[in-house]
Amino acid sequence: MKNSVRLNSAAAMLVRILFAAVAAFPIVFMLVSSLKPDTQIFGDMSSVAAFLPVGNISFDNYAAVFDRVPAARFLVNSIGISAVTVVLGIFINSLCAFALSRMEVRGKRVVFTVILATLIVPFQTLALPLVWWVNQLPYFELNGFSLEISKGWLDTYQVQIIPFIANAFSIYLYHQYFESIPKELDEAARIDGAGWFKIYRQVVMPLAGPATATVAILTFLPAWNSYLWPLMVVQSEELRPVMIGIQYFFQLNVSWGEVMAYASLITVPVVVLFIAFQRSFINSIASSGVKG
Amino acid sequence: MTTSPLAARPRPAAAAPAPLPSAPRRRRAGFLREQISGWGMIAPAAVLLLLFVFLPAILGFGLAFTNARLISPRPVEFVGTDNFARLFADPTFWRALLNVTYFAVVVVPVQSALALAMALLINKKFRGVNFFRTVYFLPVVTSMVVVSLLWLFMYRKDGLINELLSTFSFGLIQGADWLNDPATAMPAIIALSIWQAAGFHMIIWLAGLQSISGELYEAAQLDGASRWHQFRYVTWPGLKHTRSLVLVTITIQALGLFDQVSVMTQGGPLDSTTTIIYEAVRSGFKQQETSYASAISLVFFVLVLLISAVQRYLTREKD
Repeated sequence: MKNSVRLNSAAAMLVRILFAAVAAFPIVFMLVSSLKPDTQIFGDMSSVAAFLPVGNISFDNYAAVFDRVPAARFLVNSIGISAVTVVLGIFINSLCAFALSRMEVRGKRVVFTVILATLIVPFQTLALPLVWWVNQLPYFELNGFSLEISKGWLDTYQVQIIPFIANAFSIYLYHQYFESIPKELDEAARIDGAGWFKIYRQVVMPLAGPATATVAILTFLPAWNSYLWPLMVVQSEELRPVMIGIQYFFQLNVSWGEVMAYASLITVPVVVLFIAFQRSFINSIASSGVKG
Repeated sequence: MTTSPLAARPRPAAAAPAPLPSAPRRRRAGFLREQISGWGMIAPAAVLLLLFVFLPAILGFGLAFTNARLISPRPVEFVGTDNFARLFADPTFWRALLNVTYFAVVVVPVQSALALAMALLINKKFRGVNFFRTVYFLPVVTSMVVVSLLWLFMYRKDGLINELLSTFSFGLIQGADWLNDPATAMPAIIALSIWQAAGFHMIIWLAGLQSISGELYEAAQLDGASRWHQFRYVTWPGLKHTRSLVLVTITIQALGLFDQVSVMTQGGPLDSTTTIIYEAVRSGFKQQETSYASAISLVFFVLVLLISAVQRYLTREKD
């Protein structure tokens, strides 16, 4: 009995390692190749050296990338766009889910159903009419002391942010989570004279950490990774996010080492952030439990 | 609704011979305040969804029946169902439909099963569990555009995939020119798509698994249930809601296949990897035929609706 348990867990560990190897090998290959000149990338391909930073290792590819692409500017843009989208997304979607879940609002079932229905509309089908539509929207700009109004959101930061703040899936996740928090807490707070916004801010949201972490991650990733949208709506180089930088490598005779360097450059910050974030994300889900 | 919403609720105060006049009025004020605050809280998200999801959707619907172009000096005219007639006569569209079906039929079961397997493997506490969770999620953190570029490099005839295949088969398998062969291009895209996205659905499964009470497992173990029986009678029923969520999201993602094709094959070779969305984007942005692209999007949307309705119905029937 004990032996079979041990055998089972050894087999499970073996499967885990196999899955991990499959998940990690392309990323390791990318990182390692970014440090090598092209001739060595191809030379190492048939051996385990493809996954090891050995041989002629340098950051030359990275230096070449910063020469070819305004990479620093792209990174700053993407960080700003993602951060604003995440913060506003957490606030607006949780607020909406709070009212839908915990308040007796007339017609909320219809609203929730309609919101969930938007989950079914893939972004790609909206993209084209959305381009036309955002170009009709008014654009307010504070220029010194005068407010200037012009038309068209194309080629701005907000066109990369505002359409992606409200998200049906985030509302759904918050709604699910709020349903699991006892409603008696609200009633107790109301008896103490708390208003609804105060209950949202001081009672429910502090308990919704795991949902917020999930929403933050699921909002951040598409914001950082967006490609099709900025390709269509952003022309100015100084407004472009990181993924558009990849286009610079489609042309000319590419050096694969440089391609891997740029790919690593825009992936590593996310991985680092994720690893720091992941621990609290997983731990909070595991410890507090999503269960009702 | 002509009656007061409060009248429906039995209130002992109202039935009492001498009701306190202030009590109902206070409740009524509370009710109104709740409506106003509630709608105020719903409004920001609702308005944004209205502006950036509903309106463009309706707009796209309307444009499908016109001759609109992205940039054109001519006024937009209503042309009825011309775009659809042209679309249904186009063999490339049917090929795209077939490709996407192929992709979805493989990706939906394989990816959800692999994601569930991964979630089960790391659900229990053990030394190094954080390491595995992080590694399994790594591909998801990597953007599909980066992933496509990376695998484009790995799928070369002299690329890493063929070197690995040759090494592990001791030279028996001669690698294909994956992305340039109509027979292997779609399987190659399927493999990398599953590789990239399985970790995302693993997290959804994992959240579902964590929501199943540990007491249920303890009870099952006391009854001498085997691991399989625990899975079959505790885990599987406990994942009811997660299951439909995962199935619906993977199917819709699969039908919306675009990024990989755009970066890796541009629909080729010989239309073997073109997809509905890719065709819509190609006609919409490259050829600037807004109306034709909108017609494709509309057909695609109806398809997604149909499939998820069927899927929801089926998952509901089983439970």
